[in-house]
Amino acid sequence: MKVLLNVNHVEHEIDVEPRLTLLDALRDNMRLTGVHTGCEHGVCGACTVLIDGAPARACLIFAVQADGLAIGTIEGLAPAPGELSLIQDAFCETHGMQCGYCTPGMILTAHALLRENPSPSREKIVAAISGNICRCTGYGQIIEAIELAARRLAGSNAGDAA
Amino acid sequence: MNAPRAFRYISTDRRVREDRRFVVGKGKYIADIAAEAMLHVALVPSQHAAARIVSIDASRALALPGVHGVVDGAELAAACEPLMNGLDTPHVQRYPLAVGATRYMGEWVAAVVAETRAIAEDAAERVDIVYEALPHVIDAEEAYKSSSTPVHPAHGSNVLLDRVFNWGDVDEHFAASDSQLSLRVTWGRNATVPIETFGVLAQWDPWGAVLDVNASIQMPKYADQIARALRLPMNGVRVHYDVDVGGSYGVKRGIKHSVLTGYLARKLNRPVRLLEDRLENMRSGDAHGPERIFDIDVAFNSDGVINSMKMRALDNAGAYAGRAPFQLGKPIGAIVGPYRIKSVHYHAISVTTNKAVEEAVRGFGQSPTNYAIEAMVDRVAEAVGVDRIEVRRRNLIRSDEFPYLIPSGTRYDSGDYHTVVDKVLTHVNWPELVAERDRLRDEGLMAGIGVAACLEPSGGNSSFEPLLNPKNTTTTWMESCRINIDALGDINVAIHTTSSGQGHETLVATAVGEALEIDPARIRVTRPDSLSSLPGNSPVGSRMAIMLGGAAFKAAEKLKDKFRAIGAHRFGCAVDAVNYCDGNLSHGEQSLKWLDVVAIAHRHFHELPPGAEPGLEASFIMQTPTGEALPTPDGRVQMYPCHSFEFHIVLVVIDPELGKPDLRRYVIGHDCGVVINPHIVKGMTLGGIAHGIGAALLEEFVYDADGQMMSQSFMDYLLPSASEIPHVEIVHHCTPSPLTVFGQKGSGESGYLGAPAAVSGAINDAVRALGIRFEKLPIRTTAISDAIAEAKLKGRLP
Amino acid sequence: MKSAPFTYCRPASVTEACALLAADEDARLIAGGQTLVPMMAMRLARPTALIDIARIPELAFVRREGDHIEIGAATRQAFAEANATVALDLPLLARALPWIGHSAIRNRGTIGGSIANADPAAEIPLVLATLGGAVVVQTPRGRERFAARDFFLGPMTTAIPADGCLVEAHFPVWTHQRIGACFTEISARHGDFAYVSAAAQVALDDNGSCVACALGVGGATAQPTQLAVDLTGARINETTAREKLSVAIETLDMMTDPHASPAYRKRAALALALRALLAARDEALAKRART
Repeated sequence: MKVLLNVNHVEHEIDVEPRLTLLDALRDNMRLTGVHTGCEHGVCGACTVLIDGAPARACLIFAVQADGLAIGTIEGLAPAPGELSLIQDAFCETHGMQCGYCTPGMILTAHALLRENPSPSREKIVAAISGNICRCTGYGQIIEAIELAARRLAGSNAGDAA
Repeated sequence: MNAPRAFRYISTDRRVREDRRFVVGKGKYIADIAAEAMLHVALVPSQHAAARIVSIDASRALALPGVHGVVDGAELAAACEPLMNGLDTPHVQRYPLAVGATRYMGEWVAAVVAETRAIAEDAAERVDIVYEALPHVIDAEEAYKSSSTPVHPAHGSNVLLDRVFNWGDVDEHFAASDSQLSLRVTWGRNATVPIETFGVLAQWDPWGAVLDVNASIQMPKYADQIARALRLPMNGVRVHYDVDVGGSYGVKRGIKHSVLTGYLARKLNRPVRLLEDRLENMRSGDAHGPERIFDIDVAFNSDGVINSMKMRALDNAGAYAGRAPFQLGKPIGAIVGPYRIKSVHYHAISVTTNKAVEEAVRGFGQSPTNYAIEAMVDRVAEAVGVDRIEVRRRNLIRSDEFPYLIPSGTRYDSGDYHTVVDKVLTHVNWPELVAERDRLRDEGLMAGIGVAACLEPSGGNSSFEPLLNPKNTTTTWMESCRINIDALGDINVAIHTTSSGQGHETLVATAVGEALEIDPARIRVTRPDSLSSLPGNSPVGSRMAIMLGGAAFKAAEKLKDKFRAIGAHRFGCAVDAVNYCDGNLSHGEQSLKWLDVVAIAHRHFHELPPGAEPGLEASFIMQTPTGEALPTPDGRVQMYPCHSFEFHIVLVVIDPELGKPDLRRYVIGHDCGVVINPHIVKGMTLGGIAHGIGAALLEEFVYDADGQMMSQSFMDYLLPSASEIPHVEIVHHCTPSPLTVFGQKGSGESGYLGAPAAVSGAINDAVRALGIRFEKLPIRTTAISDAIAEAKLKGRLP
Repeated sequence: MKSAPFTYCRPASVTEACALLAADEDARLIAGGQTLVPMMAMRLARPTALIDIARIPELAFVRREGDHIEIGAATRQAFAEANATVALDLPLLARALPWIGHSAIRNRGTIGGSIANADPAAEIPLVLATLGGAVVVQTPRGRERFAARDFFLGPMTTAIPADGCLVEAHFPVWTHQRIGACFTEISARHGDFAYVSAAAQVALDDNGSCVACALGVGGATAQPTQLAVDLTGARINETTAREKLSVAIETLDMMTDPHASPAYRKRAALALALRALLAARDEALAKRART
């Protein structure tokens, strides 16, 4: 089936089997490999993307269901080649990762959180990322990264987490 | 070495360089590597715990469009050598696919290769297999009985390892002690369960006769084992190390996957990729961790001083030997923990059962052993009526006793355990913490404090192999690094392994920068493939800070010697008289800048000292410190060289009706010697604690009595989320190791080695008044509630 | 873990969806897909066709209709969570929604999908049962309204006929001045399926006496269960409430599975129902009485 996806503000028309998940479509058909496969049953959050701006599991939606929707992936966050978004930079500052596998999903979740709530409490941060499993860090430096990003956003008057 | 040295880059707050590619989604993981015309594998799992394979009919699968082949164990067994078996048990043979019989539920019986993974799965459902169910054994104690059905009939029993060690005068120490007690604790089967499953891509070049392997691997001797199994020369296997591994902590050792995929790539003459899906990973990735029953007798004085210990450790290895027996061997190097226990009797038993195979898991058996030792110390404290921390103080090795030789033959390098304990107690305000626990109890909650003191042996070697298998006489265990300063004076460092989040590129850049006195940001780190690499033994046994950091530093020191030789030739002085500072050379008024030396080495052969090699390259292959000797006949051996110390305190509050434990406060004192990168060590420690909390409360691979696995997905195998992990406070201490270049010790297993003991101790402290004791991990919410209710019913109220 | 093959269509109306459903007995409706897709990935569900109703305009709404609020089946859980009408008029649903999985799940999952799936541990069915709500199901033969107690028949089993599409959920609105609501649950981890969940909504008069009370437990029994406990006519006190709840819960037939024993479920049901009730009472008491 023909599917039209708007990914990171670029339109892609792909021809897929209905059983292809959005996750596999992004990774295999569009070579956007920043979205990661973790469990394929909606628990780990490694495949988190933004659908119409809100975090969603790319493994829990078939590409055909996403026809016409706006998809955001980690590849769309950096402002320019070689540069990092404020949140990406904060994750580097606190070392909010180890192996990096859960990191794109974690950063997209943080991105959506800070857009909605620019100064979240620790409790809100924990709730927001509780659907993204990280096996390396024990979450401490991830929470620190999001807190740091929030502080920097407040200081920068940027208003936009990107 | 007593006080830490002053460093320029070591221990400073520098970013981890790998992070830049990860935050933009540009990590290069195995699933991101695709080859032209690549085929995909799906596995056909056994539905039985034990069965004879009567027939395999792949005709319906092969008829499906897009299917390229189906292989079974019989075909593989004819074409390949069995996978390496570390023990001397020749009749426990393992191939990537089941041969003739299947020995656990989920075991791979056949592999299907197709144009897409989806088609491969469609075809896998159409492989028709006739089984004849056989008797099975699930329980380790049952398997240990001579009457049990052997998982491998040719081996004659289920016993892989049954070895008794006596280190010191155990009987005498027991006789001379005031008291003794016995306990049994059980460590449930869990594992590290990385979010990325294992994957491998193999490509065969029939004209070049090379098998190219990309894999999410963390494993010593990986290329060697593929070559042996596929009957290729080792230089016919090219393993690519520039693959980012999405987490491992020990388990990413897909040797069966890799041999299978390599075989398929050669047979079909197409690139073949096998990416485990989550079900394959959980039930048949052969990546479960230890499952262990400890029976301990301990002899102690009325003041709580422990004299001697008898420990029986029975490990449920699963269907094949895997790495399970050796995970009983490695803890021998810290079998007394941080304590001055004078003698030990150790009975290590490993048995086969009809469960999935064990792989190396973070700490290689140390965390279960530490849990048993700490449970024992808590019991001793309870028996003598002395505070748990005081009992630990009385038994901890004192700082003036290092290097300290433990009964089983390992010498601990350094430590200052009492100071770490004191720092933690001051940090938490111990009397106030106890008062808070008691206040919570007064409010009707069940509150408890857990403590755990333990060691992280580090700098891993393989001393446990010759210890448990006399036919293995390996004492060499190395790591290597190569530095090349190019024609423009820029620095390139090659390392020869994959990484799974440990930050090795940051580590070596920091170590080389420190040695050369050059900003690490100017240093590029690369990972050549195995055919272009120096030997190494990969990031296992918490060894890379010590071994890769050490090799990098020593290679840099060799380069500095080359610099000095060039300077001495120019200055007309002795090499020793040349001063190296910030990459520049001087002798009195004479000087040579970095780029001058580069020009001489690369372009001015006429200015080189006679006999000197041109260019600026140095390599160093480092042997693990202290690995000089084979084990003694009575089973004493120097296991790992360095010993980090950790001391945990945790406050838990249990909902008395619902049973849910809430970790209110978590403090760890941590001494891993000189920290090379504080961010990395912090992350390892926090991550290890989270992993340990999972092992203590949530995670278990559960099998039912029929050998069916009940926790195959993330719906049933529960990894802790951010909601389950408390904020953790870290109290640092630094006792440098005298054995390493900067005084560093390992930290890759930190946190995990003590957290299960501490959390379990806290829960037991909370429920002690009810006469309840939890002696098996994980301790589940529902089990806590059920036990409390039962105790209340029996009137065991405080 | 790739789904078995299927065909896909996205009808423009419920009528069209029902016709498609009637034409293929192995077809399934999909809305948010947050439960169905993982089942398909594990090949435990193998529909021949998916009929996507997520974007049918007539299925996405929240509206006040007389004494209840009607929510369209394809309304996203996250939408309802952020909806002012729900927050104001359906306090119990507002409290329940954040307990569903994680935000990424609620961003795709729908109100109707959760109800039609009828997991005994699911939050929205429990709210519907507790408040005594109803659902509307459309078939080629027309629309039919089911009271919640007649709708949930067992685990993953409802009264929806094979060719039926759940189109609306009706949640009763309480108009009392002093209302309190609480939803709570116990699970292994935050966001997991509950071992037991409990819902309570109470209304008090100016004197603090209970004038209306709705209580329910989920996860414990084969379907969400409204508890037959009448606390009206007096102030709610813990002792009496515990006694009455004990009696009501004692009669329930608890589920058995590897996660929690029936005894645990009974114990947790009582504890959580009592806590929810008292929290709801306290919330209502905190609201100012008419002077």
